[in-house]
Amino acid sequence: MHPILKLIAQRLALGLLLLLAASVLIFAGTSILPGDVAQSILGQSATPEALANLRRELGLNDPAVTRYFAWLGGVLQGDLGTALTNGRDIAESLGGRLKNTLFLAFWAAAISVPLAIFLGLLAVRYKDRWPDKLISAVTLTTISIPEFMIGYVLIYWVAIKWRMFPSVSIINESMTLGAKLNAIAIPVMVLTLVVLAHMMRMTRAAILNVMQSAYIETAELKGLGMLKIIRKHAFPNAIAPIVNVVMLNLAYLVVGVVVVEVVFAYPGMGQYLVDHVSKRDVPVVQACGLIFAAVYIGLNLVADIVSILANPRLRHPK
Amino acid sequence: MTEPLLKVRGLKIGATAYPPGEKPVAIKIVHGVDFDLEAGKVLGLIGESGAGKSTIGLAAMAYGRGGVEITGGEVWVNGRDILKENLRSLRRLRGAEVTYVSQSAAASFNPAKKIMEQVTEAAIFQGKFTKAEAEARAVELFSKLGLPDPENIGNRYPHQVSGGQLQRCMTALALCPEPDLVVFDEPTTALDVTTQIDVLAAIKEAIAATGVAALYITHDLAVVAQVSDHIMVLQQGDMVEYGTVDQIINAPKEDYTKALVSVRSIKHEEKTPTDNPVLRVENVTARYKGTNFDVLKNINVDIHPGQTLAVVGESGSGKSTLARVITGLLPPREGQITFDGRVLSPDLPTRPIEDLREMQMIYQMADTAMNPRQTVGTIIGRPLEFYFGLKGKAKQKRIQELLDEIELGDGFQDRYPAELSGGQKQRVCIARALAAKPKLIICDEVTSALDPLVADGILKLLLNLQKIEGVAYLFITHDLATVRAIADSIAVMYQGEVVRYGPKSQVLSPPFDDYTDLLLSSVPEMKIGWLEETIEHRRMESAGN
Repeated sequence: MHPILKLIAQRLALGLLLLLAASVLIFAGTSILPGDVAQSILGQSATPEALANLRRELGLNDPAVTRYFAWLGGVLQGDLGTALTNGRDIAESLGGRLKNTLFLAFWAAAISVPLAIFLGLLAVRYKDRWPDKLISAVTLTTISIPEFMIGYVLIYWVAIKWRMFPSVSIINESMTLGAKLNAIAIPVMVLTLVVLAHMMRMTRAAILNVMQSAYIETAELKGLGMLKIIRKHAFPNAIAPIVNVVMLNLAYLVVGVVVVEVVFAYPGMGQYLVDHVSKRDVPVVQACGLIFAAVYIGLNLVADIVSILANPRLRHPK
Repeated sequence: MTEPLLKVRGLKIGATAYPPGEKPVAIKIVHGVDFDLEAGKVLGLIGESGAGKSTIGLAAMAYGRGGVEITGGEVWVNGRDILKENLRSLRRLRGAEVTYVSQSAAASFNPAKKIMEQVTEAAIFQGKFTKAEAEARAVELFSKLGLPDPENIGNRYPHQVSGGQLQRCMTALALCPEPDLVVFDEPTTALDVTTQIDVLAAIKEAIAATGVAALYITHDLAVVAQVSDHIMVLQQGDMVEYGTVDQIINAPKEDYTKALVSVRSIKHEEKTPTDNPVLRVENVTARYKGTNFDVLKNINVDIHPGQTLAVVGESGSGKSTLARVITGLLPPREGQITFDGRVLSPDLPTRPIEDLREMQMIYQMADTAMNPRQTVGTIIGRPLEFYFGLKGKAKQKRIQELLDEIELGDGFQDRYPAELSGGQKQRVCIARALAAKPKLIICDEVTSALDPLVADGILKLLLNLQKIEGVAYLFITHDLATVRAIADSIAVMYQGEVVRYGPKSQVLSPPFDDYTDLLLSSVPEMKIGWLEETIEHRRMESAGN
């Protein structure tokens, strides 16, 4: 077998193992929370008999290990359980939410990743001159401001003063793509501003690091221009670190958008999670936790695999 | 008289140094150098590191490496003063009229691109050839340079060919755009001696075949004597002497040139082995974890008290691994090591402190072997505290004694490694090893990173210390001149085995085994025509077989 396939298979297996470990942690974490699910569903005035009945019904008297495997078995078959608060199937209500979150994350990534890499390349080209300093100053400012703050500032200017885009980003199935994009324009801007700096700085640092190499000097002594050297000789060797930080930021776009979703009343996973945490709806919290963990692990796995594929020594062994 | 291809007048080059905590200082690297190079001729630039050789070579492309700046003078290429040109026209000169071959082809090739793409890039980019023409020319050059499978080698990535092959590819890269001038910057220095001779011959033939002019930069006079028409000797940014190869090596005028020509002046009488070796390596076989081949195969050698065993071989022959096994860093799979009559524990953590004290090491890179944030006094004082519990005045006194022994004298105790020259750093490392009063010092390529004259001084010091302290050396090196200078006995290693072992006089006298013969005959001699003679001799031998 090609050694690279073996390496990738190893990474995939490790990723699955990690996901399993994460599921244990999520289950254990939610199990040791103080309080009693039955109590919180029935309220303070419930009779002891009613509580005991509900506990039996929910399987709360079984040992934790049994409950874990029952939960895991369900998850593997696509059954995330039912929400305690409204009795609806979690997988069903989560599906739509996840789709919305991914929709928002996709457009934020589609704008921020190319922009960040382009700005990083530009910063290298004009290193230590005003374009470099300006790019760094602006992106570092936007990453330093809390995202809800950016959100409100943009709402004030873009939505209220200039009336370009709506301040509330409620979308539904019946809307056209154009209408949806119009609705999420401001949150996409906020997310872009939040993730831009990290990716831009990493692109800049990774390429500057490669620019120290002797083969860059070789390229200069061939008479090549700076942009061509960066694009052709530096960038291919800087892919691995850049992809790593891009994937971390993509994961953040999916997992970390809770605040932005709440600010813009966007019907995504984050808002759904926050709602159910406050209602102590443990199965929903577990399901959301598991999906977030899967997104994180999956994207980092992609970063690992891209890094492996980007390494010519692994791609073309001796 | 026709205008020379390259005309350099009053070339001055400087840089800015940034000493920590002080204002930046302008330093001068080259203080006004003049020379001419006719089309199709080869000029050798020779000198020690810091003499400004590479800097002058790159000035022929109006290029300053890092913070280096050309501060004055004129560099005329093909009748234009290129120092007056802007970057745009310089970019048309670089890679088209003048090209460059660096010391380390491994670092100078982009690891992510195929060799062919990199070799033909300049020729295509500069509009000299179309892609198809450039590739045809590259294949022709690969074949001329003696590369295996010239048709297909370009499809490989740099890591898929050997170091010697990559260095030839670099030469092809430089010759592909049909330049008028090639700057060769130590192109064979990083290669093993048996590889160097072939690359050298390939470069020489390629220069002759294409009629290109060349600046050939090296610190090795014997190498430059093989390829050049003229030689310019440089010392600390000044030209010391300029002449034909014949005049420079056979009738040098200046003292500095004479010193370079006669380097390795050490005469060392071989000592006879004793009955009780200080170190005995018996049947040692070793491999690294996670690999499935032995890097050392059944090694047997002895080192006698107060004597030097030189272990010589190419990179990858297992020399340094032998040192790792002896010091306990890599426990052997089989065999044992006896030190001063007692069997040593195979791995380092279980050895008693006395065993550690009696065996010390000196490394190739003195730079990285010292903590840059400790003073020389602290560095040398540490083993005194650790092994002998010396403190206060007694320690200071002993440090000063050691500094005297390595000929550094007063005022060095409070200096930091960064304030020392390469040779001084290596001396401090020697003092640190001596501080433990060892019976054996393992010297791993300790002179390889040093200039010939500095290395000579270090070797003399080591021999002198051996006389005074009676310490034995295990001297690992790839340099046969060093071996001749200091060894009492020699072990020649090849692919993990000792192929020849015995007293120096015996190992270096015929009849030779094939490998030792190859190794000895590959060492460049300071003689015009040596390269042709040796190559011719080998051709006849292989034809005879």
